[in-house]
Amino acid sequence: MKPLSRKATCNTHGQDSSYFLGWQKYENNPFDEVRNPNGIIQMGLAENQLSFDILESWLDMNPDAAGFKRDGNSIFRELALFQDYHGLPACKKALVEFMAEIRGNKVTFDPSRLVLTAGSTSANETLMFCLAEAGEAFLLPTPYYPGFDRDLKWRTGVEIVPIHCTSSNGFRITASALEEAYQGARKRNLRVKGVLVTNPSNPLGTTLSLSELNLLLDFITAKDIHLISDEIYSGTVFSSPGFVSVMEVLNGYENTEVWNRVHIVYSLSKDLGLPGFRIGAIYSNDEMVVAAATKMSSFGLVSSQTQYLLSALLSDKNFTKKYLFENQERLKQRHKMLVMGLQKARISCLKSNAGLFCWVDMRPLLHSNTFESEMELWKKIVYDVRLNISPGSSCHCTEPGWFRVCFANMSEATLNLAMQRLKKFVVDSTTNNSNNRSLDHYYSAKNSKKKSLIPKWSLIPKWVFRLSSRDRDRESSDER
Amino acid sequence: MKMLSRKASCDSHGQDSSYFLGWQEYEKNPYHEVQNPNGIIQMGLAENQLSFDLLESWLASNTDALGLKRNGRSVFRELALFQDYHGFPAFKNELVEFMAKLRGYKVAFDPNKLVLMAGSTSANEILMFCLAEPGEAFLLPTPYYPGFDRDLKWRTGVEIVPIHCSSSNDFRITACALEEAYQRAQKLNLKVKGVLVTNPSNPLGSTLNRDELNHLIDFAIKKEVHIISDEIYSGTVFDSPSFISITEAVMEKHVDHETDLLGRIHIVYSLSKDLGLPGFRVGMIYSNNETVVAAATKMSSFGLVSSQTQFLLSNMLSDKKFTSKYIKENQRRLKKRKDMLVSGLRSAGIGCAKSNAGLFCWVDMRYLLRSDTFEAEKELWKRILFEVGLNISPGSSCHCSEPGWFRVCFANMSQETLKVAIRRIEVFAESSSSASGRENLSHQRSVRNSRRSLSKWVFPISSYNDHEPADR
Repeated sequence: MKPLSRKATCNTHGQDSSYFLGWQKYENNPFDEVRNPNGIIQMGLAENQLSFDILESWLDMNPDAAGFKRDGNSIFRELALFQDYHGLPACKKALVEFMAEIRGNKVTFDPSRLVLTAGSTSANETLMFCLAEAGEAFLLPTPYYPGFDRDLKWRTGVEIVPIHCTSSNGFRITASALEEAYQGARKRNLRVKGVLVTNPSNPLGTTLSLSELNLLLDFITAKDIHLISDEIYSGTVFSSPGFVSVMEVLNGYENTEVWNRVHIVYSLSKDLGLPGFRIGAIYSNDEMVVAAATKMSSFGLVSSQTQYLLSALLSDKNFTKKYLFENQERLKQRHKMLVMGLQKARISCLKSNAGLFCWVDMRPLLHSNTFESEMELWKKIVYDVRLNISPGSSCHCTEPGWFRVCFANMSEATLNLAMQRLKKFVVDSTTNNSNNRSLDHYYSAKNSKKKSLIPKWSLIPKWVFRLSSRDRDRESSDER
Repeated sequence: MKMLSRKASCDSHGQDSSYFLGWQEYEKNPYHEVQNPNGIIQMGLAENQLSFDLLESWLASNTDALGLKRNGRSVFRELALFQDYHGFPAFKNELVEFMAKLRGYKVAFDPNKLVLMAGSTSANEILMFCLAEPGEAFLLPTPYYPGFDRDLKWRTGVEIVPIHCSSSNDFRITACALEEAYQRAQKLNLKVKGVLVTNPSNPLGSTLNRDELNHLIDFAIKKEVHIISDEIYSGTVFDSPSFISITEAVMEKHVDHETDLLGRIHIVYSLSKDLGLPGFRVGMIYSNNETVVAAATKMSSFGLVSSQTQFLLSNMLSDKKFTSKYIKENQRRLKKRKDMLVSGLRSAGIGCAKSNAGLFCWVDMRYLLRSDTFEAEKELWKRILFEVGLNISPGSSCHCSEPGWFRVCFANMSQETLKVAIRRIEVFAESSSSASGRENLSHQRSVRNSRRSLSKWVFPISSYNDHEPADR
């Protein structure tokens, strides 16, 4: 008899073993400004390290919040015993107000519809358990966060069917792509239960446009399915167009059918840079979803110690206002630095207004328009240029040559160094490999017509991605 | 099309709506020494509230740990970013040391075999996901913690098949009961993947003895199945016989390595009971099986322990003077409380199962039943709730096969409150015995051998109420 379950043993180092090797390479030789200046610079980690000073100074001025005290009185016992899966009321209240503030107070949220979970990893899985049976499917626009393959599918048995987006229109979601994905799922006898989008997008770094949002709502209305909007990066929108939450578009649709089928996922891992504290949330207008998700949160509650700290932090409106503004300014500066640095290396990226990364176009550097070539290029960048960045194929992008490059998880000096290394690499590549022609040809073609050089036959043949191998040990801390 | 999954919609308040009623009544009318002295006293919550002063005094002298500082320097950034599912190394080192200490250093644990997750609720579910497919089964001795019906079965699809234990031998697990449960599962076409025991037991409050452990080991070798030993109450053993961990029992049996048994032994632990910190969500799995450790580590992503909490507790547990003092003092206080409850019950003419651990007693109220049925048990329970004003847990909620047993907690209230509760029980017992007549009483008091088994062999997903996380 097989002693372990399939879930436990399906953990093979599959297709992407070179990806695994790349990460190992980084782990063996991590950059350090002082101790290892020639090491590999980590640019594959979507962490926000830019605003810790603001948090630290708040903590210094408010020691009670971490000290289990309220108005000078110890509430240690109360917190030590607090394991109510309805969550600490003060924490939920502060969190929904914070969420509203991020949305310019154009939406209000009801704390009784918020469910706290240990991170959005837990929130997303919980929503799958609530909304779909094993073998049913959710549609996700590509490129998407690689962790979804595990979070949405592994223990739930739910399938992901990609909605193919391309560079021809800035990777925007189109009505025809939605319909195509839906029909593709049907042909494989997969019942589609909903669409899951990340807004702002990981890895694109862009906010969904109003027309995309309306398109999505029309689509879920027509197909009678759910929409999950993972708005984990909502506080990182640093330039126009501003952030439009799906809840904002639903203003005026209260208590309609569709209103009950839209669910938001949030977390403080990106906006506040606190992934270690495990604060995630599901917001839903559907009472049954809230009830079921609340009970399921038993499997991953937020530590009461942390809930209390957060309730104090986020109730300080002076702090939240200052933090959101300052954090966004800093992200904007860093983003600009990266974009300009890339430009100096004659590399462009998708125009973006949010997130902790850029979606970089390295197609001109590919030997051929294939994923093998993308993997070759990626290896060169990791081993020779010594930058760990994320190849688009890991995000299920349909076009080879795109990479996600993070900018908020290092110092300015390190980012500058990374840009210098990249520039040198591109210059050397164009000099040595006579990629000159392809680079110039690429740019002239780009300028003459909007038509992409990349033919559509390069689309990934599989409609549904098998459970991807999770071949690195750093899954929980990578990529998001 | 069905909008939600079956898992989300099967949430009906089913069989145990009376159990839910108990909680509701308590919430409406909670006892308070001053503000509501006639209210309902909560005795259904297995919380350890006896030693907070020790924890608080430690915190007062170790403000760095709270303030996220190490040697006066802030480690806030490091902790804010730390989400490695391998867990905070310092914390795991301290935990395995603490676990070894609780076992009198008769066993040693390797931190690399420890996986952290948000509570033992999460740990138990993860082990199900790792060891069994939907539709496969684990055997559990009855009575067992009601939360297992949700934790082990709900999202995993795994079934529970009860191993019937009875008062005729103090609810001990016998080789025969194990075999019987296994055969029952076979008849139902359920593939048995293992046995899950809680040691010390909830709700019995007793540690498994050597015979029981040996029966389990023999069974696991013969049937090639897993043993999960939930040792969440291991630090609450306050009396002899001393605690024997499954690991110790396996080692003592000098089990032949070819049997691969070690790779099928998994321990679940948590700080919710021993340290009284259920709110902090610190649970863990310990396994000698590399594949299980690897899979459970990845699954812990769905419920990691807050790094803020990992840091605080790794500091606390590294203070060996503190942990030694805490363990000893906590056990002393638990014993005192238990003795108080037991003698209080005795003076009311009520006996309970002999126990040496846990935060509760397993109380024998069979003689107070109108008839030897679960309906009578429910009636009695309601009377105790509404007339006596005590919320206790009826044995049927723990799947006990005999009516009349109740779990009564003693560590979640002040000493004064416990005294009030005992007085109320005494009054109730007095009035019950004079009402029903002494003859009836002594007849019903005699030890019963017949078992009243519940009609269903396999329990469907039970409904549970809004207070389950605090039920343990």
